[in-house]
Amino acid sequence: MSTPEVRRPSAPQVPYREMEESVELSHIAHEGDGEQELLTLNLGPHHPATHGVLRLLTTLEGEVVRDVKPIIGYLHTGIEKTAEDKAYWKVIPVIERMDYLSYYFNAMAFCGAVETLLDLEVPPRAQYLRVIHLELNRIASHLIWLATGALDLGAISIFWYGWRDRDRILDLFEMSSGQRMHTRYIQVGGVMEDIPLGFEQRVRDFCSEFPSRLDQFEALIDKNQIVLQRLRGVGAVDEQTLLDLGVTGPLLRATGNPWDLRKAAPYSSYDHFDFKIPVGTVGDNYDRYRVRMAEMRESLKIVEQALDGLPEGPYITPDRKYALPPRHELATSMEALIHHFKLVTEGFRVPPGEAYYPIESARGELACFIRADGSSKPARVHMRDPSFVNLQAFSAMVQDSYLADLIATLAMLDPILGGIDR
Amino acid sequence: MPDATGLELIAQELRRAHEAAGRGSGDAGGVLDTAYFRDKAALLVTPASVQATLEHLRGMGYRFMASVHGVDYFPEEPRLGVHYELLDMSTVDRITVKVRVPVADPHVPSVTNEWPTADHQEREIYDMFGVIFDGHPDLRRILMPEDYEGHPQRRDFPVGGEPVFFTHNEPRLPRYTQ
Repeated sequence: MSTPEVRRPSAPQVPYREMEESVELSHIAHEGDGEQELLTLNLGPHHPATHGVLRLLTTLEGEVVRDVKPIIGYLHTGIEKTAEDKAYWKVIPVIERMDYLSYYFNAMAFCGAVETLLDLEVPPRAQYLRVIHLELNRIASHLIWLATGALDLGAISIFWYGWRDRDRILDLFEMSSGQRMHTRYIQVGGVMEDIPLGFEQRVRDFCSEFPSRLDQFEALIDKNQIVLQRLRGVGAVDEQTLLDLGVTGPLLRATGNPWDLRKAAPYSSYDHFDFKIPVGTVGDNYDRYRVRMAEMRESLKIVEQALDGLPEGPYITPDRKYALPPRHELATSMEALIHHFKLVTEGFRVPPGEAYYPIESARGELACFIRADGSSKPARVHMRDPSFVNLQAFSAMVQDSYLADLIATLAMLDPILGGIDR
Repeated sequence: MPDATGLELIAQELRRAHEAAGRGSGDAGGVLDTAYFRDKAALLVTPASVQATLEHLRGMGYRFMASVHGVDYFPEEPRLGVHYELLDMSTVDRITVKVRVPVADPHVPSVTNEWPTADHQEREIYDMFGVIFDGHPDLRRILMPEDYEGHPQRRDFPVGGEPVFFTHNEPRLPRYTQ
């Protein structure tokens, strides 16, 4: 009897440093000859303050950041490629897993693009239900930002409070769709199900209670000298630079530019609601914090108005070519059975064309580009993820600031690596 | 959004600017085609006139580049496409500028110097489709590993061909140490 030969793997012979030769550092101006030398520090990819798997190739002079190159792709899972192999309605679950904190937004952008290609009208009740869930999702996403951002500044209490209140929103999602995350609630043509009995009351309870929670958070943070000194005047970038870098969302609004797609190009009945766009003044980390806190209050107002004005009617398009027939029809209607069979096996076909559908997610302009070739599967799905584009501004934000402020600025940038790497 | 007529006017203006700049009128003034689909205007331009077209549109108010994305039009030729989504924030207008290049010669001039936001997005298209952006300051792979071969978002890229490394099959898989 012979033991099988076990070969010990040797270290991979990949010349990583040579391949990263283009990461060139000689352009960075630094003072002091010989005494103060530049230090290259790899921050991440596995680092709790990078909010995911982000690697920051940082060049330091003493404690001052002279250059930052974000290196991404550690979370790349090829979702856009996977989507090309699935029928349109089966793409929604994988699309939702891109930016894993704002799954309703991902599904909304995708479904909106498909509806544009199909020229499909969404019933008003479905539009309102979408708005309710989108805005609750915005609050949930901002709460994670607040929790982890405060943790990066050293505040542990806010961390727990943020997760606690986000859990209440997840309870609401669980009630309406059966899932806490990646709910697959928004479907092409409407939403998956009507809201259950008692859902409205629980959302109203949340809406009436949450402002006091926000007051508590602000009482903890707004008068905290440590937090204020870490945020005020740190990481400020002017509006034009951000626009050139394609930055949208709370980061852009913090500089005073009131660009918000919900107001500028209303989709899904956002023009029916009365809400304000919070803006900052100088665009530093404090403004970013204030803008997001104020946005949560505005989102609550939208949710309440949507509940008040929730129209009656179907919650998904009555067109059986695109929406599954209700369960009871399957037992009595031959056509319903055929439609059900066709939708579940092949899916619906989408006429050839290209659509770009932008919405305002919690982090900025989230857009879905779809190219349809006439079959039941998309020929190309591309997500313009706000985190991916916003990350480009990071270098400008932390240039010549302290390393500790880099952590705070990254937290206030609020990148989600699942969305960046897709 | 510019309507269908407005799009033709923009195309005409671009052609006129193209001629006025002395770049000849041979290749239809840089604008190959216009498309108006679902209230969305799109211009198809030649790769050589991308920068000039985008600059002209910037002068017309489209100052914000919302997105750059790549498309593989397989089996149509030319196969690879690059789309630039421009946005006019004051009038809330959007327009798409498209370029098509063949796989054999996938060269598009980079617009990163004029539009800094295109930096990462051009790198992603290079990574996923193999479009080479001439003049890009730092054209490396961005999402795939640096030693990866091939461009996975192309339509003819095989799916599922890579063995997955586990502890039990690690020594048996080919080239596992390389």
